[in-house]
Amino acid sequence: MTSKAKLETTNFATLMASGITFSETIAAPATPPGESSIAVIRLSGPQAVSIADKHFRGNRKITDLKGYEAAYGTFTDSEDKDLDEVVIVVFKAPHSFTGEDIVEISTHGSPFIVSRVLESLVKSGASLARPGEFTQRAFINGRIDLVQAEAVADMISANSSASLELALTQMKGGVSNDIKSMRSSLLDLASLLELELDFSEEDVEFADRTQLKNLIEQCLIQTKKLSGTFRAGNALRTGIPVAIAGKPNAGKSTLLNTILQEERAIVSEIPGTTRDTVEEEITINGVRFRFIDTAGIRDTTDLIEKEGVSRSLKKMETATVILYLFDLSNDTTEDINSTLKEVTSRNSFKDRVLIPIGTKSDLTSAVDHPAVADMTVISAKTGKGLDILFAKLEEIASNRKQEAGDHAITNIRHKTALDNASDFLQKALNGLTQGISTDLIASDIRSALFHLGEITGEVSTDEILGNIFSRFCIGK
Amino acid sequence: MHSQYDIIVVGAGHAGCEAAAAAANLGSSVLLITMNMQTIAQMSCNPAMGGIAKGQIVREIDAMGGYSGIVSDRSMIQFRMLNLSKGPAMWSPRTQNDRQRFAEEWRLMLEQTPNVDFWQDMVDGVIIENNKVAGVTTSMGQKFYAKAVVLTNGTFLNGLIHIGEKRFGGGRSGERASTGITEQLISLGFRSGRMKTGTPPRVDGRSLDFSKMDEQKGDDIPARFSFTDTPLPVTQRSCHITYTNPEVHEILKEGFDRSPMYTGRIQGLGPRYCPSIEDKISRFSERDRHQLFVEPEGWNTVEIYVNGFSSSLPEDVQYKALRLIPGFENVKMFRPGYAIEYDFFPPDQLELTLETKNIPNLYFAGQINGTTGYEEAACQGLMAGINAHLKINEKDPLVIKRSEAYIGVLIDDLVTKGTDEPYRMFTSRAEFRTLLRQDNADLRLTPLAHELGLASDERMKKVEAKANETGAIINYFKSQSVSPELVNPVFETLGTEPIRQKLKLINLIGRPQVSLSDLAAAIPELEKILTNYTTDAIEQAEIQMKYQGYIEKEQEMVDKISRLEDITLREDFDFDGIRSLSAEARQKLAHVKPRTLGQASRISGVSPADISVLMVYLGR
Repeated sequence: MTSKAKLETTNFATLMASGITFSETIAAPATPPGESSIAVIRLSGPQAVSIADKHFRGNRKITDLKGYEAAYGTFTDSEDKDLDEVVIVVFKAPHSFTGEDIVEISTHGSPFIVSRVLESLVKSGASLARPGEFTQRAFINGRIDLVQAEAVADMISANSSASLELALTQMKGGVSNDIKSMRSSLLDLASLLELELDFSEEDVEFADRTQLKNLIEQCLIQTKKLSGTFRAGNALRTGIPVAIAGKPNAGKSTLLNTILQEERAIVSEIPGTTRDTVEEEITINGVRFRFIDTAGIRDTTDLIEKEGVSRSLKKMETATVILYLFDLSNDTTEDINSTLKEVTSRNSFKDRVLIPIGTKSDLTSAVDHPAVADMTVISAKTGKGLDILFAKLEEIASNRKQEAGDHAITNIRHKTALDNASDFLQKALNGLTQGISTDLIASDIRSALFHLGEITGEVSTDEILGNIFSRFCIGK
Repeated sequence: MHSQYDIIVVGAGHAGCEAAAAAANLGSSVLLITMNMQTIAQMSCNPAMGGIAKGQIVREIDAMGGYSGIVSDRSMIQFRMLNLSKGPAMWSPRTQNDRQRFAEEWRLMLEQTPNVDFWQDMVDGVIIENNKVAGVTTSMGQKFYAKAVVLTNGTFLNGLIHIGEKRFGGGRSGERASTGITEQLISLGFRSGRMKTGTPPRVDGRSLDFSKMDEQKGDDIPARFSFTDTPLPVTQRSCHITYTNPEVHEILKEGFDRSPMYTGRIQGLGPRYCPSIEDKISRFSERDRHQLFVEPEGWNTVEIYVNGFSSSLPEDVQYKALRLIPGFENVKMFRPGYAIEYDFFPPDQLELTLETKNIPNLYFAGQINGTTGYEEAACQGLMAGINAHLKINEKDPLVIKRSEAYIGVLIDDLVTKGTDEPYRMFTSRAEFRTLLRQDNADLRLTPLAHELGLASDERMKKVEAKANETGAIINYFKSQSVSPELVNPVFETLGTEPIRQKLKLINLIGRPQVSLSDLAAAIPELEKILTNYTTDAIEQAEIQMKYQGYIEKEQEMVDKISRLEDITLREDFDFDGIRSLSAEARQKLAHVKPRTLGQASRISGVSPADISVLMVYLGR
């Protein structure tokens, strides 16, 4: 009897996880990770078309497409917000790579977009494909020749050991402690429930409903918290968002252009996506940043400009770092201070790093301006001061890296597992409140444990029983 | 002397008796060999059958046409349905039994079973011909031949009894151990191990003061195990509950230096869920009392079984400690508790049919496989008897799935995972617990048994009627609506939300607070309809409707994995040749030799990727 958590899931979890049931629709990027001009996300399975359709607004409905037909439109996330312009191609079973219905979604090649598209598809019922699962399905459905079997098998095992290793590295540091503590809470919860079921005749103290409720709530907080760290962890991989804000003519576009030029000189330029607000991905000393130019911000009654302002405020909210630009040739110290005060007092900007920047230092003698002591002074035109800004960004990045590496989950598969587990914990909690019997609550907890198996290592019956026997005096 | 049989069963405990009965009822000629004809179906431990998870197994055995349920019903002195406050999947029937009546009923049933012969002797070896088992040899020099042999040796193989510093060979208190078989099996390539279990002292009921203990009565409305018409008890006997105390613990501790557990004389591993009293005291030293169940051994006997006081301490220490227990001040001891060590054969050496992988047509069942418990033994005997018969008649084996019965869970666990400590069933071992209920064991298994020929047409008709009636009641609930004024007054007293408009009955029965009888009491029409149906069908319908969501969820999972469970692996499948498998998986798979992909997936160390790789090699 082993008490150590195994990373491979066994038993029931193995059955489900081996991807053998095929009733699921699977999704995964079909193009390599990283920036590129386009990226392709592939969906395969009975619900591929209907799931994709939920997120598509375009000239035609995906459900109306025949095999090998394409449609152009907008991909929306689960909250119906636009994510990207996409081209969607449908392949109908059995005339597809896997032999099932396949939908391929071509997006702009930003890892951020790819990850959001995947997240949305999963929320609508797709599961993330296991390594090699597309190929496996293709093989099982007779789309690949038998002589290729060995190659397919090799690929599955190589991919899975690589991803296992990756998962292990991702779990090092602080997050692994969070996971350990979540696992032990769940183990205790399951043990208390099973104790009441299998050992109700024993002379031991059973948990009352309040205790169980508290335990489930505690587990729920832990799973939700861990799931919530995904965005932070993801930001590192997809680029730290930096908003460039300020009044019109504060020099925002000039700064962005200069940074781009500078960056081109240091490393290679990587094209990003351009929308209403200009967005550019730039790598500074190996760390990726997404610079977002926002429309000018100022109080306005003009309707058109108001739209622009509200959009730029939204953009600032999504950013981790806000570069707030002030025109040193124009703005007074009073202006600067009151603006900064207003920005920092906004609740939605809490937890954002705000860097005030004085621009156009080539026009005014920078040292003469009374506010310069508290800001980074640059001249986009001459490039002066940019090195200081880069250094600041790097410092922020390195802090983030530490934080994320320690306390964030970065694997969307893990996030999905946590979200599924949260749903079942919530169901158990509701059941407890409604007064349903313990075995049914235990059934929901089992489902939660099953979903978490991938992160926590399987919590097997043997382990639960072992925990019970070590904590309670069982046996007549 | 008649010496040629279809099947020989060695040992006449719970496993052996079920094996003999099943094989004989299927039409095989059976010889049942026991060391002592007076101890057929002896309850070696406490005089009770069933309990949590185990009661479900007894119901399953009965639904399969086995005898344990009927024998238990006929010899019961008390019935309790445990876990009634939990959901129906947890309801667990348990009987206290008259130990002697139990054994007598079993012997009578076997004597009345055509095709069963008896022989009293000790089997000391198996006869192997052409690498197959061909019969057994006995200590009196007899040779009996058969096409298949089922070994159900219990705790008798090199059994060693410990009481304090005393140690002597024996299979059970007052009975000889069996020797020779282990050594021969090892020479044939089997691996063996040692396990340990124990029993408490038996005492004289006339010397106890029951007024100082709490009485535990049987259920007011007793039920039974069997789905047949076994009689319900008219009267019942009570058990009593008392507790140890710190003084008792102190006395027991004085004997620790003479305890075989602590002096290291016992090597076998005992069950953690059935510890001796000395184990409880040392492992849970913070507890100042431990519960004891004082169980009568029968209707008329004064002998009492002190459940919870299992011990291998010297008899004088046991006696001194007992006298400090409330109600036991003047206790007279009949026999001391003891620990027993015995040989077992790690069950990963078996096929899912319980046939050994090494020697074709040789089957193991019961404690020889590392299990503990009457019910666990009995169901293995049943399955070994069935499969031995099927094998020698060249028919397909019968393997019950984990989603079909606790019997399936038990055998799959044993064969796939093996066991380090005596294996006992718990409901938590079953992943489809909501499906494996005691109330539907007949619906789950009797059709299987009927097809085999173990369950009669009459039994099958009863099951069909139950299924049909259940369906009819559920249909009624799905089709009929009820108005607020009819049910709201009842709902108010039950503390559940009133309804605002007419609703289908099926939507109301799902509420945790509302039972079917509540609805029947409020709706005259329903009450009248229900008089057309048996209580079994009404109960079944209520359970299926009330827990529909959970039942469906588990059924969905069963359906999902059934594809994998149905993919068979050839016996000679070359796992070693597949280099894409992880090294650990290769080794474990080659060792266990799983027969389905589902079984392979349950082997620890076999990952989802390994299963995917196997899938690919199996070529869809």
